[in-house]
Amino acid sequence: MNTSDSEEDSYNERSALVQCESPTIPSYNQDHDMSLPQETDTKRRRPVSSGLDEPGPVERERASTPDGEEEELTLKYGAKHVIMLFIPVTLCMVVVVATIKSVSFYTEKTSQRLIYTPFEEDPNSVGQRLLNSLLNTMVMISVIVVMTIILVVLYKYRCYKFIHGWLILSSLMLLFWFSFMYLGEVFKTYNVAMDYPTLVMIIWNFGVVGMICIHWKGPLRLQQAYLIVISALMALIFIKYLPEWSAWVILGAISIYDLIAVLCPKGPLRMLVETAQERNEPIFPALIYSSAMVWMVGMADSSNPDSADERQRNEGGALAQEGVESEDDATQGGRRRYSAEEDLEEDRGVKLGLGDFIFYSVLVGKAATTGGDWNTTLACFVAILIGLCLTLLLLAIFKKALPALPISITFGLVFYFSTDNLVRPFMDSLAAHQYYI
Amino acid sequence: MTLAVFFGCAFIAFGPSFSLFVFTVAKDPLRVIILIAGAFFWLLSLLLSSLVWFIAVKASNSQDLGLQRGLLMFGVFFSVLLQEVFRFVYYRLLRKANEGLAAISDDDGSAISVRQMAYVAGLGFGIMSGAFSMINVLSDSLGPGTVGIFGDSQYYFITAGELLQSLMETPSHFKVQFSPLTMAFTLINCCLLIVSKVVVKSRYCVGLEMQNMVMKNMCFISTNKQPIC
Repeated sequence: MNTSDSEEDSYNERSALVQCESPTIPSYNQDHDMSLPQETDTKRRRPVSSGLDEPGPVERERASTPDGEEEELTLKYGAKHVIMLFIPVTLCMVVVVATIKSVSFYTEKTSQRLIYTPFEEDPNSVGQRLLNSLLNTMVMISVIVVMTIILVVLYKYRCYKFIHGWLILSSLMLLFWFSFMYLGEVFKTYNVAMDYPTLVMIIWNFGVVGMICIHWKGPLRLQQAYLIVISALMALIFIKYLPEWSAWVILGAISIYDLIAVLCPKGPLRMLVETAQERNEPIFPALIYSSAMVWMVGMADSSNPDSADERQRNEGGALAQEGVESEDDATQGGRRRYSAEEDLEEDRGVKLGLGDFIFYSVLVGKAATTGGDWNTTLACFVAILIGLCLTLLLLAIFKKALPALPISITFGLVFYFSTDNLVRPFMDSLAAHQYYI
Repeated sequence: MTLAVFFGCAFIAFGPSFSLFVFTVAKDPLRVIILIAGAFFWLLSLLLSSLVWFIAVKASNSQDLGLQRGLLMFGVFFSVLLQEVFRFVYYRLLRKANEGLAAISDDDGSAISVRQMAYVAGLGFGIMSGAFSMINVLSDSLGPGTVGIFGDSQYYFITAGELLQSLMETPSHFKVQFSPLTMAFTLINCCLLIVSKVVVKSRYCVGLEMQNMVMKNMCFISTNKQPIC
């Protein structure tokens, strides 16, 4: 079974926005016109919630060095945001590794390949194998580049309906078809008897709730859970269908591509993020994992779309500036106060592209596949987490969208190959002689 | 039965450190990061020491068993040495980062004290070290197998739990070990070591280092000289 195009599309559009992260710091450094009322809004929210009759602390706050406060906020937000990303990445990797170790379907090598890796790897000749894996990588990367450019062009020319249709189709495929396959394999592994009506019910409910959560509204945790699940499913498909060596070369190549696409001025991903920021729109929720709440999501009383959310907060901020709440804005004020308490804690979250989840999980999954040595898996896991931590540190320093793949994947690859080839013999001979270090 | 063995040994091995993690580290994001970075640094030290060992093995005669064993001992010694070096390096790095953070945030001082950092870092080192020793054995114990099949004591696992200070391994076909306790010992030692760097003069630190290394190299003194195949 060669998987169809839309599956690859789904992967591609996730990798298209793979590595974009919007700045974590509340708009202190945004130099748009939105920033000023928002900035004073954030600064004034503290006195607003405590009482409106003290211009003193507000002045002091204003006068205090913005840098010191900003850096302290950086630290306070920084560590928390790192953990907010560690947890979903860990969960995704745990799901993938658990599946790989228990369900043998995903480690069985078949002769079927994705159409994006057309060259077969011949295990007999090293040179031929290497060449074929390089060719596979080139094909795959060019497919990804083309898809990304198409996505960016569509976004620039505001063909939102087309993009939404594309995304809906691909998440349909993931949520229904791939989860059906996955469930089938799990049942086979554990020898669970299941009838079709029950299965249809389960898959139908799972899929429909997933579509609603991802593309429309839903509780944040449920949306995050679904995004983690579909990333894991996608990663499992890659682990199964990418040939051995090609997978490693693709991982390396895609982190290089990521670096180029996000940092170069004309890189497609950078253009995408900048366009989205100019238009002040969130990037499609189906492509990005967001760790914090856009507080309108799931609220019963919200009638405004997301893009009006920030306008709402700015209006609230403007009101607070005058220190007066007008009566006809009582409801708005109520909502604003509610949001003030909410947002004090988690004003901005961190966003991580789903492609990042997918490739991290592919790396750890492949480490779990080959060898059967848990040390390698653990080493790759720690390496990826540390890479993510460093990336977020850089994000806090540079405050613009950064690629999340290069550092983590580099560490992961280095640790995989070195643990597999160097540490494993060492630990094995230590264990054989019962020495402990 | 294998499941019982797996869970029992896993809990013995990782119980204390896991509970330490849950009750002291898990709530604070900064500590979690320091813990994982500690694990990373231990991993780095292991990597470098196994690189050295690997080069030594490849450059030597692979048929000579005595030489191989000697090289292994050298590898262990070097690995322990490197672990201490990396512990020190990590400690200095944390100190520098902490100073930087304290300098930036004007009112609070630093968010985390040196002792907490030392404790968490030591916990990270210890967890990783224990995990690397235990995990393969644990996963193998899930497979079919019987303890004491070669006539060894079946009370092995339980007695393993008693001896806190020991690194010794009673001979057995199964290698469920004291490394959790080793790990606890290590981490406590590590914290003390790091804290001592703050408080006490350097001679005490050197003494502590020596003790650490001696303790680890005690594993060579094993009653069972034969390697387990």
